Amino acid sequence: MRATQWMGKKHIEVNEVPDPQILNDRDAIVKVTSTAICGSDLHLYDGFIPTMRSGDILGHEFMGEVVEVGRGVGNLRVGDRVVVPFPIACGSCNSCRQGLFSVCENSNPNARIAEKVMGHSPCGIFGYSHMMGGYPGGQAEYARVPFADVGPLVVDDDLTDEQLLFLTDVFPTGYMGADNCDISPGDVVAVWGAGAVGQFAVASAKLLGAERVVAIDRFDYRLDKAREAGATDVLNYEDVDVLDALQELTAGRGPDAAIDCVGMEAHHPSTAIHAYDRAKQAAMLETERPHALREAILAVKNGGTVSIVGVYGGLMDKFPIGSLMNRSLTVKTGQAHVQRYLKPLYERIRNGEIDPSFVVSHTLPLEQAPQAYRMFRDKEDRSNKVVLKP
Amino acid sequence: MSSSRNRPGLRRTARVLGLASTGLGVAMLRDPRGVARLAGVDDSATALSVIPLVGARELVHALPLLAGRPGWAWTRVAGDAVDLSAMGLALSSRGGERGRRLRNATAAVAGLAALDLLTAVRSRRAGSRGPARDLLPSSAPWKGAVDVSSATTVGKDPQEVYDHWRDFSRLPEFMAHVREVRTRDGGTRSHWVAEAPGRRTVEWDAEVVEDSPGERIRWRSLPGAGIENAGSVEFRPAPGNRGTEVRVRLAYAQPGGRLGKVVAGMFGESPEQQVRDDLTRFKQVLETGQVVRSEATPEGLRAGRLAAQRPAAARS
Repeated sequence: MRATQWMGKKHIEVNEVPDPQILNDRDAIVKVTSTAICGSDLHLYDGFIPTMRSGDILGHEFMGEVVEVGRGVGNLRVGDRVVVPFPIACGSCNSCRQGLFSVCENSNPNARIAEKVMGHSPCGIFGYSHMMGGYPGGQAEYARVPFADVGPLVVDDDLTDEQLLFLTDVFPTGYMGADNCDISPGDVVAVWGAGAVGQFAVASAKLLGAERVVAIDRFDYRLDKAREAGATDVLNYEDVDVLDALQELTAGRGPDAAIDCVGMEAHHPSTAIHAYDRAKQAAMLETERPHALREAILAVKNGGTVSIVGVYGGLMDKFPIGSLMNRSLTVKTGQAHVQRYLKPLYERIRNGEIDPSFVVSHTLPLEQAPQAYRMFRDKEDRSNKVVLKP
Repeated sequence: MSSSRNRPGLRRTARVLGLASTGLGVAMLRDPRGVARLAGVDDSATALSVIPLVGARELVHALPLLAGRPGWAWTRVAGDAVDLSAMGLALSSRGGERGRRLRNATAAVAGLAALDLLTAVRSRRAGSRGPARDLLPSSAPWKGAVDVSSATTVGKDPQEVYDHWRDFSRLPEFMAHVREVRTRDGGTRSHWVAEAPGRRTVEWDAEVVEDSPGERIRWRSLPGAGIENAGSVEFRPAPGNRGTEVRVRLAYAQPGGRLGKVVAGMFGESPEQQVRDDLTRFKQVLETGQVVRSEATPEGLRAGRLAAQRPAAARS
């Protein structure tokens, strides 16, 4: 089959590789009909996530048709159309039973590496480094899906791939970012990062009843998308001072909640500050460039909530713990527990409450994955979300 | 994961030594003349100035010893050496009644010094002894013996977890280095075949020495084993319906002794990691019905193989 392989930093190739095989009774093989490049795939592309190996198959956002099931999979049949959550979860450990699927205790066979970096290991993830399990991803013609009796959701044929594909990651991730904020009537929610996750966080905050939702980014075309998703206000941080603007907007209170949809590769309008963290990152003195998170903490109101769904990998410098502690802030975070949100969000799509296909900017054949990664990374051609067709 | 350091006897001895140091130290500081008379050195002006200093020294190590830290017996050993040399010098120039008192005092110090040395030496060995090792036959060649423990929490009832472990023939499913276990005599005796460093295999017979259903199993190898070993596994209900806390202790004399341990460690297969990885796979088997594998780790979780992983792609 053809598959997108990580061959080194900023080096992606589409190559002929062996088809995946069933390794365990609870596996299924899915023929991929659509797969997307995630903003977090760019952290792999740029070489910021450790434990990648040349030849690793990328991709954790994919859907398709079941072509083979293991003996232990009773709920899927060959021919079923499924969306596949990016976290691999067993469904039976204590974490899974509490709905914390992305910290499944059993699904990472390389837990020992993750434990060295993080203390305890999170779940395994498709196509996301050896530290996260060494599972091949879904930017390929076929993918093996472990615990296929737990993760995949069978979906109807009358909805398009583009309407359903984002249930695998970016929609539930943005939704969990908003869900973490315990939004009540009158709340102002500020969202850092207006990529696909940020756009879904904006849409979700509106769905959950926020009074005003402020989107923050440096690309106007993405802020336009955020408006389309329901943002009442947008801030381009290269044009305005975000903290001042939020103070003004909330008459000095600060937003009730802040959602970080940026993660480890943030930018800062001040060249000097950006250069400081970029240099430390390059010298491996920190793994993060946390401008958005620092600003989100300082911006949120006293007693407010900071919800982090942008991806971080390891250690950060100059974390404003004083602001966090003295102002009674609450931090909620985590990789999205997609399995928890899959059905309710599918219902919202079915009911017409949201059509996730608005994020798609490009649809390309799988063969063009290398160009697609470069374009998406450099924000060329107003790229917002790239869908690949194997 | 830790070696057992629970040694109540050793801590008790340390406290006794601490009390001795306290008594001696206080007496030397309050009444140096009385101490000098008792030790037969009341004719020396130097002794009167040295005795309070020795008393202060005794109070310094008295405190940690009273807290039950036997390692501090080493400072007493050093003090004993100084005291005994000084007393030896003094003995050469004294006779009569003074000489008799000095000989008695020297004998008493020498006796305490022996206890100090024993306590200090035992404190260094404390790390390598534990309850599992106590199960081992005393005939075994215990140089380089290994004593490891590990624990995990499994989300099932203690009885179910116990039942799975008690069926020894199923152990190779999650014990990476064990190839086969055959049971006989209704499961009290078993024959084991396991991998050893350097592509060799070792075999042994084992017997169950304690079997409390749903709670505990203890076993040990029978005489003539290629690798003498003993172990225990305990199953306790985890608080708040979190399943079962499984605690394993294992002791064995490694093939090749210390050298074998070093060589095995170079391949990332330290005994601690083996037990820990086995327990993680045991949890996977009970909770998910399988050993979890990815294309990069087709043999499942194994810390020793991290460096030699294949890419995350299927193999032809």
